[in-house]
Amino acid sequence: MRRAVLFFWMLACLSSAFAQPPDLPAGQEARYQALIAQLRCVICQNRSIAESDAPLAEDMRTLVASQIKSGQSDAQIKDYLVQRYGEFVLYKPRFNATTWLLWTGPPALLLLGIFVIFLLWRRVRTRAEPPPPDSDEIARLLKEDNRTE
Amino acid sequence: MARLRFILPTLVILVLIGFLGFGLTRDPSVIPSALIGKPAPEFAVPRLHLPDQLFTQAELKGGVSVFNVWASWCVACRAEHPLVEELAARAQARVYGLNYKDERANALGWLARYGDPFAKTAYDFSGEVGFEWGVAAVPETFVTDRNGIVRFKQVGPIDRQTLEQKILPLLARLAGEGQ
Amino acid sequence: MIPELGHFALVLALCLSLVQSLLPLAGLRTGKDHWMAVAAPAAAGQFLFLVVAFVALGWAFYSNDFSVAYVAANSNAGLPWYYRLAAIWGSHEGSMLLWVLMLAVWTVAVAAYSRSLPRDVATCVVSMMGLISFGFLLFTWLTSNPFGRQFPAPEHGQDLNPLLQDPGLIIHPPMLYMGYVGFSVAFAFALTALITGRVDSAWTRWTRPWTTGAWLFLTFGITLGSWWAYNELGWGGWWFWDPVENASFMPWLVGTALIHSLAVTEKRGIFQSWTVLLAISAFALSILGTFLVRSGVLISVHAFATDPSRGIFVLALFTAVVGGSLLLYAWRAPRLARGGEPVHALSREGLLLMNNIFLVVAAAAVLLGTLYPLVADALGLGRISVGAPYFNLVFVPLTAPLLLLAGFAGSMAWKRTRWRTIVQRLWVPAVVAVAIAVLLPLVALGTTSVAAFAGCVLGTWAICASAEELWRRSRGSRMMWSRGVVGMTMAHIGAGVLVIGISLVTAFGSEHDVSLQPGENASLAGYDFHFQGVKDQTGPNYEARVATVDVYRGEQQLATLYPEKRHYPVRGSVMTESGIDVGVFRDLYVSLGEPLPDNAWSLRLYYRPFVRWIWAGGLFMVLGGFLAATDPRYRRLRHREKKFAATSERGHTAPA
Repeated sequence: MRRAVLFFWMLACLSSAFAQPPDLPAGQEARYQALIAQLRCVICQNRSIAESDAPLAEDMRTLVASQIKSGQSDAQIKDYLVQRYGEFVLYKPRFNATTWLLWTGPPALLLLGIFVIFLLWRRVRTRAEPPPPDSDEIARLLKEDNRTE
Repeated sequence: MARLRFILPTLVILVLIGFLGFGLTRDPSVIPSALIGKPAPEFAVPRLHLPDQLFTQAELKGGVSVFNVWASWCVACRAEHPLVEELAARAQARVYGLNYKDERANALGWLARYGDPFAKTAYDFSGEVGFEWGVAAVPETFVTDRNGIVRFKQVGPIDRQTLEQKILPLLARLAGEGQ
Repeated sequence: MIPELGHFALVLALCLSLVQSLLPLAGLRTGKDHWMAVAAPAAAGQFLFLVVAFVALGWAFYSNDFSVAYVAANSNAGLPWYYRLAAIWGSHEGSMLLWVLMLAVWTVAVAAYSRSLPRDVATCVVSMMGLISFGFLLFTWLTSNPFGRQFPAPEHGQDLNPLLQDPGLIIHPPMLYMGYVGFSVAFAFALTALITGRVDSAWTRWTRPWTTGAWLFLTFGITLGSWWAYNELGWGGWWFWDPVENASFMPWLVGTALIHSLAVTEKRGIFQSWTVLLAISAFALSILGTFLVRSGVLISVHAFATDPSRGIFVLALFTAVVGGSLLLYAWRAPRLARGGEPVHALSREGLLLMNNIFLVVAAAAVLLGTLYPLVADALGLGRISVGAPYFNLVFVPLTAPLLLLAGFAGSMAWKRTRWRTIVQRLWVPAVVAVAIAVLLPLVALGTTSVAAFAGCVLGTWAICASAEELWRRSRGSRMMWSRGVVGMTMAHIGAGVLVIGISLVTAFGSEHDVSLQPGENASLAGYDFHFQGVKDQTGPNYEARVATVDVYRGEQQLATLYPEKRHYPVRGSVMTESGIDVGVFRDLYVSLGEPLPDNAWSLRLYYRPFVRWIWAGGLFMVLGGFLAATDPRYRRLRHREKKFAATSERGHTAPA
């Protein structure tokens, strides 16, 4: 039943929206567009509120526009929405006890990778270069090399 | 130790499989309310039946309350309506309604036709109260305790199972809570 | 009758896949030649029966046989015939049939070209692919049979999802599946290596062209998908970091790492266990992608209709295939590791090592971001979203160094290179790259910025350094135009072109929401858009409202665009078709929104500079992959190895 109801709502999600451009002072439109592109629609859950046709997304866009007009910062606007609709609305999750692994994971892995490279390079140095082979040996190795090539 | 390097991928994949298996038991589209455990949001709107009287969040305090968000244009609301009425009859709680983005005449007609289980109904023409409560799509139902703290949210229509197994036991527990 | 024939062929293919996998393995174990010999004919038979099944389903679609439930759910008599055929893979069941058919294509190809391989290797590879095929055929047959009938047959079908009614749909999924499934060849080779305990340069030479082949299909599929999303979704975007896109991107990243590490293993005989692990991972991520798309554990634009039993089955399959192969890896890989060979920082293997680190960490980051909402939910931390802003922030710093590395690919020699050689060869390309990176946006767009310059310089560096390599080879005496090297260079140039496109469209792309009445105009990025009004039009299976928008620059008219809003009555859904004026240096893109009071319409205008370069880069990579995969070097060596294998075999087995 629940799925059926959600599906009913998601019918609105098939087409894309941008019904009424908000009336914003010049220079604020880019900020508005950037902000609504980062907020996830809770009805059409695979879209940002910028792309969603759901009535609620329109309410949210109106809200974002009016908050921008009243001088709220991006963080304040996000806070306002998170208080009501949860962290789910943020496409860019905030760093906190829930998401620390998400944010630190990739850099930590990269450090680990660099550490592995470092180990392999060090092996070169600690092994030192082998003593220079005499010319006979070079000739022998060359011959062998040609055979396998 | 050297061997661990080769066993590690298997361990990683086992953990992954565990999470994926868990994921199969969940519906990813259901979002829990951000309000659970928090005080009911503040609002003041006219009542549906008495436009010159205000309905505010203060109404919800002082006793266990059920707050049902509905609209006359919402098909699923009609489907759940008998259960809301049953809830109002059986529960040790006050049941309030929030009429959401609706024409007053339509809403009143709807209640007259299908029955009015609500002690009072708030009239939210613009949807601002719904927004404060984090309503995504009607119907939704909230339960608040005697201190006005939100304790439960049902997204979508109430069904028999939710009523019997979740809402009624919760209301009974909350009624016993501060006594 | 014909659908039953298809169903029967599917079951026969299932049986043959079992024969193809078990009998040859038993033969390998007991040394029975005639059992091993079953592998190739069984694979051919399986392929044949799958073709029969596929054609049968195609016929059901073509002839509008709505008694077949799958046809009724995904087609309609009003649908043009080419979309009716493309609808075969328009939904879950049919796309699984395509999946197993592709697997059979790869298996037959491997069986056909493996005559030069040692008998035991060829047998083992084909039987491993038979095992995979068995798993997926069983899945298709048990949970996703497209041939199920329903009586009484409905009079009308429910139509193909209008989102999929686009030429892109006809080729995007087959290419993508060819890529996904193609990694099964590398996977089968990896398992064979673990079983036989041999990862020598011969093994890598057998594996390389197949891996490159799968990679080029996947690259092509992803490129097409991006192009399709840009055309069809009406949002002017070319990549959305949707879970389904990520599902195809992760195997691509690991597959790219695999191509590079195979080169090291072939030329230097090191990193064997790492290469084998990558080969397993690339295919594992392909299956994971299948799981993510088809189980409904994540929310996505193009997820298939979900069914829990399918999710459980694919997860079980994933556990068996990937878990099993990784256990085999844990058990046998320590024998492959020879350890010990030093890797010098300034050497081609050192370069490729860094390449692998960045690619694998990038793939891990995508995996982490894609699955994190699931993990957070499992640990009771609530529902969170991880979207494009996260991926862009994490992914860009991980991949930007790859372009830097790609520039050194040509001039870095194996084992050890001196700084001075590199500087001598690359200082000119470096200077040219910086100059072009400054001039290109200035000349083409009349503007530049620090971010755009940074992105462009990475791209032009990869291109210029690769061009230097080509130039040097064209003057050299020996081994000038080895296809493998030219292919690599082409692919690196493609990566450069791609990055230039991404940087410039990100830095200077802009959009503008307007509401216009007929006769009014709006401007964006120096272009004027004159809205002429909206007319009604009737398509084969839809009603459209088509706007006419004239685009001017100054007094000169550049184009007339016809963005549409289409209403598909069968599904009751509305689609936007964008109007796009295509250009080398910029696209102008208009989507039609909603009707407003007073005859006005809302429109969204997009200016997308250099967006074509993204797909052009992808095509360059595909071309490079094609050149490398078809390098005659592999065939020549195969012949030599065959002779070698034949003589060594004669040594200890009696002639058959």
